Amino acid sequence: MSATNTSATAAPAAGSDGTVRTGLLIIGASQSGVQLAVSLRALGFEEHITLLGDEDHRPYQRPALSKEFLQGTVGSESLIFRSNEYWAEHNVALVKGERITRIDREADGSGVAHAASGAQFPFQRLALTVGARARKLELSGADLDGVVYLRNADDALELKARLDDVREAVVIGGGFIGLEAASSLHKMGKTVTVLEYGPRLIGRAVGEETSEYFLAAHRERGLDIRLDARMNRLVPAEDGSRVAGVELDDGTVVPAQLVLVGIGVVPNIELAEQLGLAVDNGIVVDRHALASDGTTVAVGDVANIPNPLPGAPEGERIRLESVNNAIEHAKVAAYSLMGRREDYAGIPWFWSNQADLKLQIAGLTLGYDSTVVRRDDGRGKFSVLYYRDGRIIAADCVNAPLDFMAVKNALAKGQNIPADAAADPAVVLKTIVTDG
Amino acid sequence: MPTVHFTDAEGVVRDIEGNAGDSVMETAVRNGVPGIVAECGGSLSCATCHVFVREDCLDQLPEMDEMEDEMLYGTAVDREDNSRLSCQLKLSEDSDLYVTTPETQV
Repeated sequence: MSATNTSATAAPAAGSDGTVRTGLLIIGASQSGVQLAVSLRALGFEEHITLLGDEDHRPYQRPALSKEFLQGTVGSESLIFRSNEYWAEHNVALVKGERITRIDREADGSGVAHAASGAQFPFQRLALTVGARARKLELSGADLDGVVYLRNADDALELKARLDDVREAVVIGGGFIGLEAASSLHKMGKTVTVLEYGPRLIGRAVGEETSEYFLAAHRERGLDIRLDARMNRLVPAEDGSRVAGVELDDGTVVPAQLVLVGIGVVPNIELAEQLGLAVDNGIVVDRHALASDGTTVAVGDVANIPNPLPGAPEGERIRLESVNNAIEHAKVAAYSLMGRREDYAGIPWFWSNQADLKLQIAGLTLGYDSTVVRRDDGRGKFSVLYYRDGRIIAADCVNAPLDFMAVKNALAKGQNIPADAAADPAVVLKTIVTDG
Repeated sequence: MPTVHFTDAEGVVRDIEGNAGDSVMETAVRNGVPGIVAECGGSLSCATCHVFVREDCLDQLPEMDEMEDEMLYGTAVDREDNSRLSCQLKLSEDSDLYVTTPETQV
């Protein structure tokens, strides 16, 4: 399956300066960048691949950063995607620590990427797997020492290094990252307050019933959660440089030696904009992961994609931030780079582990009109099934993998799980699946 | 060194040396063994690292917990009595495991 030499199948492109430009340059050594390289080699792509990232680490998995890695139960080596030998055997050149600031391109799509260091990376084809960055908090005191973010490995390392000096932590943002990190910090003995601006937790990803469930469950486990929180400023310590707390709009101060901000991400669209690609909440791509120039692929968190759910209304678009999307979207992009056109279609799924609460989400809730709640407190299981015109479209499942798997499989096969029968939590969902 | 012998659905065998403390899944993925997807990276969320363990190796393995048991009901290829999720199988210094990967994981 692996290509062992660099013989290019197409004639190499020559730049206007005469330099020969071959191979594929993948900018972003991310989950999607790694998957793209791996899938291309599995499909028999023979040209040279450069997988370039701006961090000083080998490509690694992010999900554990807010959980097992933060808690110290897995080490950094466990996060590495592939061994060095794998990349060498598959003729993928890894480039670390280079940040691309400018791309010059010829009419045929080939070009040269320029890094901040002055290094140059010529290419014949280009893939943008540049992901997203943490949205910055805009508030007085946001630049104080001790105000941190959690997006990449260096963020997690910095956070870990600070923890010895932290007794009280404030987490700003009650989404996945915020709640995962808050649960980790609480488990490590910190007093944790979560400040959520909105009226409920995880509001962007789950429905109201699930938000309510997590609110009660986290409070029961010891997190202090404030909804509709309005903040005046971050308060400095006496030294003027370190953060000491968060002042709310009623003037009270929640003390904190650490403030972790998890208020979402901003897609890294700058290179795409510079290339003149269509951009709208991410890089706009078609069903084949191709950007508006018809040759660059853009994959994963940064891509604004046609809704991949089978049966979704034509023209509906979405940007998904998930491992599953990074992987499946990269597979489609790999086909596109091989000259084959596959549609990106599938059942998106997500997970989030918070304390002993294992949330699995199948499908997308976009456009739901009713829900069914299945709750078995004796066994600690909780699921919400989402329906649109009587058909199941998604489910949030907490510690209920049987429900999750049943819904995910039914969606993949175009089957339904009738709402009235599903309402009994004792019923095993996969036994009531109906065709059509 | 612990060793895992992976046999894929076509019968191709790959013998991989791993590290004690790593899981069978990690050993496979890092070395590019096909047949194990492991989308979730080992957090017991996706059931795409399903393996069939050779019967005489089963007693080397830790007990299955309820979560793994339930996840195994959602694998792409139906579970058998010797099914496990390979992310839950940690290698020890003297592990010598024979596993078969299913035809598909998704």
